[in-house]
Amino acid sequence: MNALGQLDTRTAVAVTGLRKAYGEKVVLDGVDLSIGEGDVFALLGPNGAGKTTIVRILSTLIPADAGKVTVMGHDLRTNAGGIRAEIGVTGQFSAIDNLLTGEENLILMGRLLHVPAVERRTRAAQLLERFDLVEAASHVPATYSGGMKRRLDIAMTLMGRPRLIFLDEPTTGLDPRSRHTMWQLIRDLAAEGVTILLTTQYLEEADQLANRIAMLDRGRIVAEGTPEELKRRMPGAHIRLRFADAASLDAAARALGEGTRDDGDLVLRIPHEGGIQSLRKVLSRLGDDVAVEDLSIHTPDLDDVFFALTANPSKEQTR
Amino acid sequence: MTAPTALINVAEDSVTMFGRELMHTLRLFKLLFVGAILVPVVMLLLFDYILGGPIGAGLGGAGRAEPYIDFLVPGILMMTVAAGTAATAINVCTDMTGGIVERFRTMAVSRGALLFGHVGVSVLRTFVTAAAVIGVALLVGFRPKASAWDWMGVVGIVVAFSFALAWLSAALGMVAKSVAGANASTLPIQFLLPFLSSTFVPADSMPSGVRWFALHQPFTPVVESLRALLTGAPVRNSAYLALGWCAVIALLGYVWARVAFSRGTR
Repeated sequence: MNALGQLDTRTAVAVTGLRKAYGEKVVLDGVDLSIGEGDVFALLGPNGAGKTTIVRILSTLIPADAGKVTVMGHDLRTNAGGIRAEIGVTGQFSAIDNLLTGEENLILMGRLLHVPAVERRTRAAQLLERFDLVEAASHVPATYSGGMKRRLDIAMTLMGRPRLIFLDEPTTGLDPRSRHTMWQLIRDLAAEGVTILLTTQYLEEADQLANRIAMLDRGRIVAEGTPEELKRRMPGAHIRLRFADAASLDAAARALGEGTRDDGDLVLRIPHEGGIQSLRKVLSRLGDDVAVEDLSIHTPDLDDVFFALTANPSKEQTR
Repeated sequence: MTAPTALINVAEDSVTMFGRELMHTLRLFKLLFVGAILVPVVMLLLFDYILGGPIGAGLGGAGRAEPYIDFLVPGILMMTVAAGTAATAINVCTDMTGGIVERFRTMAVSRGALLFGHVGVSVLRTFVTAAAVIGVALLVGFRPKASAWDWMGVVGIVVAFSFALAWLSAALGMVAKSVAGANASTLPIQFLLPFLSSTFVPADSMPSGVRWFALHQPFTPVVESLRALLTGAPVRNSAYLALGWCAVIALLGYVWARVAFSRGTR
């Protein structure tokens, strides 16, 4: 894997100048992506940013209007069939056969992927075990929880041992426990060397799972890099102090000697490195005399990041 | 991929999809079969016991000697085939509106396999319901005069007609926005066209405009050829006409369904 610094020159997905519009509505406005083999690549962005459209184009479901796309060395325009033979896709909406049992769903996939009969059985059994679906194997998905359905969905994708899988919002709509189970499953896949492209709305999810993140906003990549690189570009965490009157605000600003003040709202924002120590330092410097009406700690979330990255497009325009 | 390999893949995938659809049919047994058998049987009993007296008398006046039920059952048989379109359109639409077809599309599955599976099982389903309806008809007094060869002809026409309607209903299910809409779109096939053909009364007893339509629409030669075969009457060219119509409908439905499938999703 990349993270271990192994030799990795092969590219799983190469996208340049990808465009897609539905009538007047431009969904993808010149997207460039490069995903190395073994990468866990997260496409991060809000609803409507174009994440799902990218996944649908890469997985051969819909054609692009313009741009060059190569997946596992196959050109999307000339060899969509070659791409289909190598990828596994789990979309945002459940793609399981609701009239077949969990096991039958896996066997069906095995047949369609032309897995030999004996291997089909053993592989299905292994996946049921691994995805904690053994007890549910002989039941139809109507009896499954949301998390179980999602696990079966991914297990079906894995029947053919794809080397590249697309996961479109794999944890949306899952409860916290199921989400953590799903994270672990994705980490295990990554550990096996499977290349993963996942989309998510959650910064934390991208941070937890991916070794590369691309931020998508209104059809454009606004930032791309490792989680660490991106965090450095994010606005820092800060402590927000609100005061009852201008005198208190002045006193606090003098005592602390840093931060940005907002006289209208009587608010002072102090950079916060995180941790109790940093907070204690700020409070002790304020002393007992300054009356603070309200204190809150802000860590950057996706909204902040997007605000920061899209507020000044000329500066953040990458490549 | 070489041509023979591609062909083998189409065959393998079609068999897989056939098996899948067969499983669906068994899981939805009551839903699919009760309607498909009950409606024709109710029609049979309704027309035979309640409406059959005056209609039969009217037909007798037109110079027919056989009991009305022998005239009626071939029509009911055709309606049974037509009733099968509902299940096919509904099942295709259920697939298309669910997520599973999206998955198939991202896999190296032969493009036509899903439809071949649906159509194959549709023909099989219709064959079973048709046999059941014939069984009921025999119980309530239907006395066919068909020879073994005639019966083979009946089977041939039933299979050809159900094959043609299966492609048409697959296309209807493919373009329908909802399962309810898919069901509704087959109603003209199930009821309107049979009534406007010689299913229940001979076409020449109808008012002139309707008669013209009845004489020139596909259901009339189908029912006429079935009736001739089952009553031991000369078939004449109605069988060729019926098979010709079946070929046209099948081709139309096939092309429509394939185009609709490859046009894909939004």
